Amino acid sequence: MADRPGGTLVAYRALLGAQARSQAAYRASFVVDLVGNVGATVFDVLTVLVLFGVTRELGGFTLRETMVVVGLSAFAFATADLLVGNIERIPRYVRTGLLDAVLLRPLGALPQLLLMDLPLRKVSRALFGLAVWVTAVTAAGIDWTPARALLVVVAPAAGVVFFGSVFVATATVSFFWIESGELANSLTYGGRDFTSYPVTVYGGWFRALFAYGLGFAFVSYHPALALLGRADPLGLPSWVSWAAPGVAVVAAALAAAAWRFGIRHYRSTGS
Amino acid sequence: MGSVNATVAPFTTSNVILWFRTFWAIAASGFRRYSTYRQAAVAGIVTNTVFGFLRCYVLLAVAGAAGSAAGYDRRQLATFVWVGQGLLTVVQLWGWTELADRIRTGDVVGDLLRPVHPVTAYLATDTGRAGYAVVVRLLPPVLVAPFFFELYLPSRWPTVPLFVGSVAAAVVLCFACRYLVNATAYWLADVRGPLVLWTLGSGVLCGLYFPLRFLPEWVYQPLWIVTPFPSLLQTPLDVLVERDPTPVQAALVAVQVCWAALLLATCRLVQRRAERRLVVQGG
Repeated sequence: MADRPGGTLVAYRALLGAQARSQAAYRASFVVDLVGNVGATVFDVLTVLVLFGVTRELGGFTLRETMVVVGLSAFAFATADLLVGNIERIPRYVRTGLLDAVLLRPLGALPQLLLMDLPLRKVSRALFGLAVWVTAVTAAGIDWTPARALLVVVAPAAGVVFFGSVFVATATVSFFWIESGELANSLTYGGRDFTSYPVTVYGGWFRALFAYGLGFAFVSYHPALALLGRADPLGLPSWVSWAAPGVAVVAAALAAAAWRFGIRHYRSTGS
Repeated sequence: MGSVNATVAPFTTSNVILWFRTFWAIAASGFRRYSTYRQAAVAGIVTNTVFGFLRCYVLLAVAGAAGSAAGYDRRQLATFVWVGQGLLTVVQLWGWTELADRIRTGDVVGDLLRPVHPVTAYLATDTGRAGYAVVVRLLPPVLVAPFFFELYLPSRWPTVPLFVGSVAAAVVLCFACRYLVNATAYWLADVRGPLVLWTLGSGVLCGLYFPLRFLPEWVYQPLWIVTPFPSLLQTPLDVLVERDPTPVQAALVAVQVCWAALLLATCRLVQRRAERRLVVQGG
């Protein structure tokens, strides 16, 4: 296989095709899943609208400004969840020994795991996130410049890369601690909730840890500031707001390193 | 080809003491069963705490400079969020598909052959689980929160018994809801549809995402009476933070108890209907 690069690609395509066929085989169940998945994101966005029914501004941001943050977070998380999110099932793969089987095949372990379980039902959620993002950007009254036009495309992509890195990095914990269960959720779904609001909402060391220690401020808050042309109320210089793509690249490198470390130190659970 | 009728055996004795002893024994085994997952509990506590911080900051930002939102002051909002994070696992809103799985695999026959009604047996197990969750999942976030946020302590003595009763009613009610959702497996090959509807509906309508009183009055008031959802989480939390005077608190708990009784009765009815048509393949 290694001497035919085309062969690897064919193998991956076969994996993906088998997944798509098996998931679409039960039409009604698939439709239910599509609806259920979009529902969760719809309610997240509705929650923001309800909160703005009670208050005029949140952490110094109006509804229109906050929606840019919400749209960016919703799209980035939903798309990363679609592409990489199922890696959170790795404790099951470890427990059942499927990971051992995957490691024996002459293909990369990570791409195999992702393609074997690609949750096509989450497509609906990603599309809804995209719709929220487009609507929010259109309604926000942005003063368009070439740099901002570029950021509108790059920022969501960087967000996807960032959330994908979080998914992979937290899943790596399962190599060492199989029962870690929900722990990864606090960073993945917690990260989604954190990035759904301007970071000015949060306070103290909690904000410092999530926003800058873990880098979640660069997913939606800083790109939104750059697009809206607002100075950071927390006093960071304006170039920081353009740093999002760089942060995503660093996150991806760290996640890849963590994954490789995890795979190398993985010991099968035995029988 | 012989066939065995596996319907629930009628009570051979009406001894109430015996019934309570059985219920207690099953509940205690439920407590022990769930207490074996210690590492998962630690991971869960960390997750609940992180979400406590997230939701608390957001709601405090909603209260903003004015210091109150929809009749809750800052301390009440903080208590609402933190106790809510703990109660979430006590009532166990999500993630229970045991009955549906057993129906699909046919293992449910084992439940039907026992001399205890399945609804009673599952309720007893769930009560034990909830008891364990109170100790391990409700207390930690409530003890962590005061280090970072100002919480609200009830100032009237009737609030305490009302809160305890309200939590108990919420546990029974949530169990009944989950049992009904799971019981659709008797009729459907795939229970994902009902499960998805339940997961989506309960999360929003029980007050987990935001206190329901953030909605206009004409929305949340009918919701409270006509659906069981606000009784799952919003009622115990509103009772605890004394959002209303004592008579209203008592009335809200009464609504909860009515819903719990009604849905528990529905569980038994559904179970009886299901047993008439249940066919388990294989030997």
